Amino acid sequence: MAIATNFWIWIAALLTLAIYSFLYKDNPFYKFAEYLLVGISIGYGISVYWHNTIITKVYNPLVYDKNFLVLIPLLLGLLMFSRFFKNVSYLSRIPIAFVVGAGTGLSVPSSFEFLFKQVYATMPLKLDFGSLIIVVGVISTLVYFFFSLEHKGFVGRVSRVGITFIMVAFGAAFGYTIMARVSLFIGRIQFLLSDWLGIIK
Amino acid sequence: MKFINFISNLDKRWIYLILALCIIIPFLFPVGFPMKTTPPVKSIYDFIEDSIPEGGVVLIGADYDPSTMAELHPMAKVIAAHALSNNLRVLFVTLYPQGAGMAQDAIDNVLKEWNKSNPENQKQLGKDITLLAYVPGVSAVVLKMGEDITQTFNEDGYGNKLSELEVMKGIKNYNDINLMVELAGSSVVLTWLIYANGRYGLKMGIGTTAVSAAEYYSYLQSKQAIGMLGGLKGAAEYEHLLDKKNVYGGRKDASIGMDAQSSAHIFFIILIILGNIAYFVKKRKEGK
Repeated sequence: MAIATNFWIWIAALLTLAIYSFLYKDNPFYKFAEYLLVGISIGYGISVYWHNTIITKVYNPLVYDKNFLVLIPLLLGLLMFSRFFKNVSYLSRIPIAFVVGAGTGLSVPSSFEFLFKQVYATMPLKLDFGSLIIVVGVISTLVYFFFSLEHKGFVGRVSRVGITFIMVAFGAAFGYTIMARVSLFIGRIQFLLSDWLGIIK
Repeated sequence: MKFINFISNLDKRWIYLILALCIIIPFLFPVGFPMKTTPPVKSIYDFIEDSIPEGGVVLIGADYDPSTMAELHPMAKVIAAHALSNNLRVLFVTLYPQGAGMAQDAIDNVLKEWNKSNPENQKQLGKDITLLAYVPGVSAVVLKMGEDITQTFNEDGYGNKLSELEVMKGIKNYNDINLMVELAGSSVVLTWLIYANGRYGLKMGIGTTAVSAAEYYSYLQSKQAIGMLGGLKGAAEYEHLLDKKNVYGGRKDASIGMDAQSSAHIFFIILIILGNIAYFVKKRKEGK
């Protein structure tokens, strides 16, 4: 057993305990750790954006490579700040229009292709039990979400099959969610027992 | 009825305490619950093991932060170690600022452990493995990588020019990447599937948090992804497969947590059964 001598491991361990202290009840240690996390995350994000965007993508090309084309996206980016000034705030629509237009143009064809692959995968290529489950599951679930017909008679029976499939999906998702939350807790316990206290290897 | 009332009114802090014990005790006294490898995990392992020639390239997407580190970090380390064991080159990429720190930690850890276990086959940063610098833009970055990876990033995450790195030799775009494994707990997986796989045909595997795993099974069915590691269990299965090769001595973070995972699941099953019994008994009593 070797307790950590690294200062930062101690900080991480104490902050972990401060966050978990909320499970007993709300307290100043929890609040301190929570605010610290928010502040550091934002500070870290800004520093990464500053170096990897402003310096690497704007300053360096402009100053060292004399690439003046960079001024166009720079100007578009700066126009976003016009929202802070009422009389010129309409200028922010230009970069927004650019982002929306380019984003839609890029995503629509690819998204359709992506969706068609999913639809194609629901079509049975061979007749087996698995394919039957997929076909029945997809059709009955779609019928459940079809609201133009009253869910009575045949449609009602099919939609009840659909809700059964939906419930099974919810059950699987819930089981996985429990597993995920427990895994996160395991990660922290492992850190405390291993890296901090040195009880386990 | 006394017991039912006790269950219904139990202070949830007792549940937290028992859960903590369910997780801590198996770490101190490991049981060694049996573990079975599932086909989605094995197919990623087999692809790296058998289908990529020596010197090939595995791209690992580290799109996670400390909040999902417990599940995804072991995946990053074990996949990178596996690729290095087959003398493949490993590139990490991230679309999130926090992912850069995660990837750097995974690289440091894997290199340290690899070089300790294999002194005769040392691996180097910049020659065998590196991290592409974080560039904002998400889908724009994924699309631009399909044209030219070096132009997209200019430098690696350590400030070196990509064009001067040995690990980047012969790599222009996705055509030169043999497999991409995206590790994320968010919808960024879809960005990679839509643009990199859909548009450029990049072969992809998924490593995701257990919360998202159910959602991504449909992409295995449609063959848009070759395999998937779901949560800590997926990482543990991969560690188990690599362990059989006996080439990597790094700590098996996921595997040592599986006993705790199993005992916590047993506790949850008991809670769900007790909760349901209490609910139905109370409902019956109230109906009388």
